Amino acid sequence: MKKRSAIITGVAGLAAAALALTGCSTGGNGTATGGATVTQAQITKAMNTHTTITFWDWAPGLDGEIAAFEKKYPKIKVDLVNAGQGGTEYTKLQAAVQAGKGAPDVVQLEYSELPSFVVSKSLLDLVPYGANSVKPLFTDGAWADVSQGASVYGVPQDSGPMVFMYRSDILASAGITSAPATWDDFLTDAATVKAKTGSYLADFGPTDPEQLVGLFQQAGAKPFAYDGKKTVTIDLTSAKVKSVADFLTKMFQSGDVATDPAWTNDWYQGFSKGQYAGWIVGAWGPDDLTGSAGNTSGKWTAAALPQWSAGQNSGGNWGGSADAVLKSSPNKIASYEFVKYLNSNATSAAELNSNPKSALFPTTISTLNSSAFTSQTADFFGGQAYNKVAASVSKTVNPSFQFIPYWNYAQSEWGDTVGKAITARGDIYTALQAWAQVLVTYGQQQGFTVKQ
Amino acid sequence: MTAISIAKRRVTEAPGPTRRRKHRSTTAPYWFIAPFLILFVAMLLVPIGYALYLSLFRSQIIGGQVFVGIANYVQAIGDSQLWTGVGRVLLYLVIQVPIMLALALFFALALDSGRVRGSRFVRLMLFVPYAIPGVISTLMWGYFYGHDFGLIAQIFRAVGLNPPDLLSAQNVLGSMMNISTWQYVGYNMIIIYSALRAVPVELYESAALDGAGQWRLAWSVKIPQVRNSILLCVVFSIIGSFQLFTEPSLLNPLSPVVINTSYLPTYYAYNLAFINQQSNYAAAVAFILGFSIMIVSYVVQVTTQRRALRG
Repeated sequence: MKKRSAIITGVAGLAAAALALTGCSTGGNGTATGGATVTQAQITKAMNTHTTITFWDWAPGLDGEIAAFEKKYPKIKVDLVNAGQGGTEYTKLQAAVQAGKGAPDVVQLEYSELPSFVVSKSLLDLVPYGANSVKPLFTDGAWADVSQGASVYGVPQDSGPMVFMYRSDILASAGITSAPATWDDFLTDAATVKAKTGSYLADFGPTDPEQLVGLFQQAGAKPFAYDGKKTVTIDLTSAKVKSVADFLTKMFQSGDVATDPAWTNDWYQGFSKGQYAGWIVGAWGPDDLTGSAGNTSGKWTAAALPQWSAGQNSGGNWGGSADAVLKSSPNKIASYEFVKYLNSNATSAAELNSNPKSALFPTTISTLNSSAFTSQTADFFGGQAYNKVAASVSKTVNPSFQFIPYWNYAQSEWGDTVGKAITARGDIYTALQAWAQVLVTYGQQQGFTVKQ
Repeated sequence: MTAISIAKRRVTEAPGPTRRRKHRSTTAPYWFIAPFLILFVAMLLVPIGYALYLSLFRSQIIGGQVFVGIANYVQAIGDSQLWTGVGRVLLYLVIQVPIMLALALFFALALDSGRVRGSRFVRLMLFVPYAIPGVISTLMWGYFYGHDFGLIAQIFRAVGLNPPDLLSAQNVLGSMMNISTWQYVGYNMIIIYSALRAVPVELYESAALDGAGQWRLAWSVKIPQVRNSILLCVVFSIIGSFQLFTEPSLLNPLSPVVINTSYLPTYYAYNLAFINQQSNYAAAVAFILGFSIMIVSYVVQVTTQRRALRG
């Protein structure tokens, strides 16, 4: 027994020594000590020291922006790594954080995922590094997504105001010439399209809670809240959630929309072959289809989401991400300066969305308002000024929407509860309660105070 | 070469350095097994020990890690999700393993009989699926299985039939069995076939003299002779079934509602550790799985050996 405990202390000692070592190395190259603001002298020194920043991001085509940054700061090298998209990357990051090594300096995180890494104390509060100075450059919604109380844990990279994109040719052959104004119209149109053309007006997959949560957001519901510390709120019983859920049940049971899992080969084929005549999706949606459904290019039209009641003008958000700096990074100042430059420098931010490879939907006010951006036409949408549609939606998205700090878990449990109901075209409201129950139990197990 | 070895032999045969030789002979073996031993300890024993250590704790997102003793094991024993998954593995075992091994045995016997034309080509074709990485073959089959535009569905439609949903709750386990059977028949066939090649030809001759035909020869001479190889294949297949991971994890996106996070036990342990952040509980589940595999393999080995002794 004694021997064993000696070994354990030995291992613990080694781990502590390793931690102390990494702790030491952070001191030298740029750390705000004790929450005090970093001085200009410290920044100048850090930016003139040879440093390599590891940057995990899955958005393609960032090379130009990175090269511009490296040109401005010749001593800093940025090592861009695609560690997988979404969940794949989070799993790797979570493992690296737990192992205490292998984590990058800077990481791309979806807004829904940010709180999960805040709660594990993995992310650096960027306020002492000057983050508040770039706040006025961003939309309120995007900034709210990266803030937690007085702290800021990332710089917004892109957002996903939700649009309804549809095949105008298929709708026209069903006699429909304009996008549905309300969700009731949507249901009527879906029935018409199905009857006359055999296509589904949209597909709602069983694995994407964000898609339906975006619709709750559009209806003004606030199903989740997190105070940044120990308290999580889960409220899926509000009247707003209920009315959206009941509508969804009705829509799925009509059989006029598809409920196939998204992102599979079959699903991409479905778009390519016109089985799906539309998609309710974040502004990044078209990028997913330009490759595999490239043959449908030019036949699409984008519109704002149908509204929950006539005359309303409210939007939802699905996706979008921020670039966050890891607390474990030995190059904190340089890392922050990099994410600041990449996402808020006027040239770089404009490049992020005008570059056809990355085509990230902007979060900076200047880009959203610039005529160069809004007047840009998209071939995929038959020359429609797609950016203008999405930009006007982004102004109608309720900015104070929060996620719970274990979203990855919530996503995986969604399939077993609500996803099942979607596939079986069962009752969505009941399934939502089952999902909520799982989330409450898990939250309590994990030491949170869960309010319902 | 020969000169040197002769010289060496002379040196060791010399009566002088007996003591040194003795000394050398006690340490030298350890040097030879050191590469294996170091890897074995570092890559197997240490991780197992660490997992065992982890499984005695419980960590929370808020509140950190606390020692809980065997609480994780108690929880796992009462975890219906885990046992449903184990139940699926057992179902998989009793259906897929016999089919696969029967096919492997049939092909091995057919090739060994020497009556197959182009037997080398056939042997290669049967073995090719094993040479394709599991990830790729699962992705490929996943494409074949697609309900709307998958290859199988397209063939069904082309001949005017209604295609079955190969990814539905009733069929998906069978679809997984099909992938592993396709992949491992060749591998098992090679093991049995090479055992068949080692059977002394005299046995066949005497059987032929006794008037045995090909079928009788296969049943009464060949199969009993390769019994041990078949047993080896059985044990490998049992272990393989418990370790099924590629299939559920790659077919999950295609059929996310059916293949849930706890569909099969190793996939469940993975999801517990990496999605649910419950690595301590995952470690306990992994240990229970490891023991289940040991027990099942042991039972199979003991019962078949007893039967062999009796026979």
